[in-house]
Amino acid sequence: MSGGRVITLQIDGRDCGADENQTILEVAQENGIFIPTLCHLNGLHPVGGCRICMVEVEGAPRPLPACVTHPAEGMRVTTDTPELRRRRRLILELMLAEGNHVCAVCVVNGHCELQELALQLGVDHLEIPALYPRREVDASHPRFGLDRNRCVLCTRCVRVCGEIEGAHTWDVMGRGLKAAIISDLNQPWGEAESCTACGKCVQVCPTGALFEKGKATGEMVKRHLHLPLLTAMRKEEEER
Amino acid sequence: MNPEELQRIAAEELQAKSAAKHRIGVCTASGCLSCGSREVLKAIEQEAAARPEANLRIEGVGCMGLCSRGPLVMVQSGPVPAENSGAGAETAFLFKELTPADAPALVAYLEQQKSDPPTVAAGSTASSLAAKRCDLSAPFFRRQVKVVLEQFENIDPERIESYLAAGGYRALLDCLHHRRPVEIIDEITRSGLRGRGGGGYPVGLKWSTVAKAGAFVPQAGRSSRQSAGATAADRPDGPRKYVICNADEGDPGAFMDRSVLECAPHRVLEGMAIAAYAVGADFGYLYVRAEYPLAVERLRKAIVQAEKRGLLGRNIGGSAFNFQVEIRLGAGAFVCGEETALLASIEGRRGQPRPRPPYPAEHGLWGCPTLINNVETLANVAAIINRGADWFAALGTEKSKGTKVFALAGKIKNTGLIEVPMGISIHEIVHEMGSGEVGGIKAVQTGGPSGGCIPAEHFHLPVDYESLQAEGSIMGSGGMIIMDEGAAMVDVARFFMEFCVEESCGKCAPCRVGTTQVLLLLEKIGRGEGTAADLGQLEELCHLLQQTSLCGLGQSAANPVLSTLRFFRREYEQLLVDNTGKSNETDGSQSPQQGPQEVKK
Ligand SMILES: Cc1cc2nc3c(=O)[nH]c(=O)nc-3n(C[C@H](O)[C@H](O)[C@H](O)COP(=O)(O)O)c2cc1C
Ligand code: SF4
Ligand code: SF4
Ligand code: SF4
Ligand code: FES
Ligand code: FES
Repeated sequence: MSGGRVITLQIDGRDCGADENQTILEVAQENGIFIPTLCHLNGLHPVGGCRICMVEVEGAPRPLPACVTHPAEGMRVTTDTPELRRRRRLILELMLAEGNHVCAVCVVNGHCELQELALQLGVDHLEIPALYPRREVDASHPRFGLDRNRCVLCTRCVRVCGEIEGAHTWDVMGRGLKAAIISDLNQPWGEAESCTACGKCVQVCPTGALFEKGKATGEMVKRHLHLPLLTAMRKEEEER
Repeated sequence: MNPEELQRIAAEELQAKSAAKHRIGVCTASGCLSCGSREVLKAIEQEAAARPEANLRIEGVGCMGLCSRGPLVMVQSGPVPAENSGAGAETAFLFKELTPADAPALVAYLEQQKSDPPTVAAGSTASSLAAKRCDLSAPFFRRQVKVVLEQFENIDPERIESYLAAGGYRALLDCLHHRRPVEIIDEITRSGLRGRGGGGYPVGLKWSTVAKAGAFVPQAGRSSRQSAGATAADRPDGPRKYVICNADEGDPGAFMDRSVLECAPHRVLEGMAIAAYAVGADFGYLYVRAEYPLAVERLRKAIVQAEKRGLLGRNIGGSAFNFQVEIRLGAGAFVCGEETALLASIEGRRGQPRPRPPYPAEHGLWGCPTLINNVETLANVAAIINRGADWFAALGTEKSKGTKVFALAGKIKNTGLIEVPMGISIHEIVHEMGSGEVGGIKAVQTGGPSGGCIPAEHFHLPVDYESLQAEGSIMGSGGMIIMDEGAAMVDVARFFMEFCVEESCGKCAPCRVGTTQVLLLLEKIGRGEGTAADLGQLEELCHLLQQTSLCGLGQSAANPVLSTLRFFRREYEQLLVDNTGKSNETDGSQSPQQGPQEVKK
């Protein structure tokens, strides 16, 4: 995004120039500063749901999510403190405890953003009890599958389907821990008429919740680097 | 309707009231209706019809506060007091727990035109009546200062004439004909009124933000992603601002807003219209819980009446100002009271909060600047316009002005609805007004699931936003639960956490999963199986909720736990066991299974 005022801010002590319409995350990325994220994906509308990207902003009463917070003139941002790390680890633990994550038998073992994040943040065991939910698996689609036990409710699939593919097959149903991804009006995916079988949701899913059938674990590498390109193309088209 | 017409209708109504020798008002708010006030009203009407010489005027009126002792009936005699004078009728009796069988005695008594109250003379018809009389000089009534609940005993919620006679809509017409929007905002700012929905945000500041925001012109073609799912018919077709009244009141045990909506729907509409004129909006929504059918019915009626009288709709009061109001029903999710979730819900999307900024004042309904205020906040507006900011600012404390309505519940004698000036001490509310036993009361819970418990040692504290917050609780929307020694604090915390687990929307991870993990720990500790490490984990999770949740629900969900930990840590520690499963405490005075009887779902 651009077109706003140019401002300067400090991230981890470094002076950064930014457009006021950017997010702190974007500015940090431009300047080579790493902030862990999960629900965020370049090219999709940010929702600020996973809270992994929380950073400290001087003067703010609590940490702010970098993916939805815009910079302001003179802002001082800190992206890495022992406190932030502890919080991020705990949030990740919460998500791992929420579903059933047994990596050894997972289709995306080795290519999973959640797993990678856990490694990065040093979450190698859970200190809180795993909840072992019983969640429905949907294997009705001829090409893809959905295992809700591995879903972290990042809603990337919902957004990519609505915003990029324009099909709006996915949505969220239910509240709290019972919230779940559903296709169309909670029909089996295979019967969801709006689904174009484009597979975008599978590609953006950070975990093994959405997967391609008939692919070996080694092949389940997700590709979503083309997303920003698609968004840019769509925007151009709209403006024409 | 112009100001002269309004005066005429009000005068006619007042005259009709004054012509009667006695005015009988029967409470027809939900509380009393549920214990049979409709039948009492009918019985009194029948009895009065049989004795026209008694010259009675009988009305269904609003809540009189002592809701747990309904049906309540107020009898007033003498001239109708001038509006806003603060004075009561010449003589006024309040009866509690009346039944239809009491009607003959009541009417017969009034017919005798005695000026002294009915006494308990053995065998007399009035004896049972006398026993039901409430002492209006008791602190419960005397200590109240009514602004929001003002004149409830005189207003028939179903008739606009009745509200007009109580001085209604005068403030609106005054604003439309004599004041500029900036002057109104200035008046509200100077009054010091703060939002009553929980946050306490300065109302004048919010109004001026919306007033200054440029009306947004929705783009043609593709909707913005924020608005995906909204139907095209609903979306505005021109620049627009909105005013929304937040009447989603979802705290367990709270019924302040319900009462205001049921008893004085026009007062809320008038507040909304003034707000709309001040900020430059021409459309309003009342977002009401669907669980409040009576409030909805009366609001619907009120809107129709106000439109008919030209007090809503086009060219209000003969001015150039247009304002249309619609009702939207909430589907019973607590989180839909959160302003951004409320917006999503009105737009027809899933009721989930979104990160702020942008705030609704700048980017609200369908992207338009939107003013969102609570019911009680808006119900204060007309009074401030009528009597001035200085009058209002003289009530309350330095930073918390005016009054606050509370729903009192729990281990006290007088439970119900009270309106007190800010700055009154908790002691006065609990022990004097509520007649709670001194020494027998352990703590008071304010603010519901987002609030905390204040122990008896701190009852000297004044009730205002800052001092409650300093104690780890919040003013909240006004629920107040009084707990005695029988309340086990771990269970109190568990009850509120159960509520948050049920009501978390699931959008953000800390709240979606964290609330459940906190609940599991509270249950474990409550069963007497928790260890010191569990207690540490509990605190860590509570801080995580506070610090990283997306909306106020998750951010404040830990308050009941943290505040009970702060003041009643021993109760937690007594329940802990060491790693071998042995109790750390040998006295075992705390029974783990004991439940808080006060707290009901
Ligand atoms: C979980 C949650 C529930 C809320 N419920 C209500 C409610 O029922 N009624 C209300 O007026 N405000 C509620 N609020 C506060 C609103 O978000 C908003 O601050 C308020 O309506 C603003 O009005 P005020 O400034 O007049 O208080 C809630 C906030 C949160 C976080
Ligand atoms: S989704 Fe990722 S974290 Fe979960 S089991 Fe599969 S590989 Fe492991
Ligand atoms: S299915 Fe995958 S992309 Fe969709 S919400 Fe779950 S984890 Fe996210
Ligand atoms: S804090 Fe709770 S209620 Fe609020 S957005 Fe997060 S999950 Fe939803
Ligand atoms: S990446 Fe920012 S909240 Fe998920
Ligand atoms: S409901 Fe009748 S007195 Fe409150």
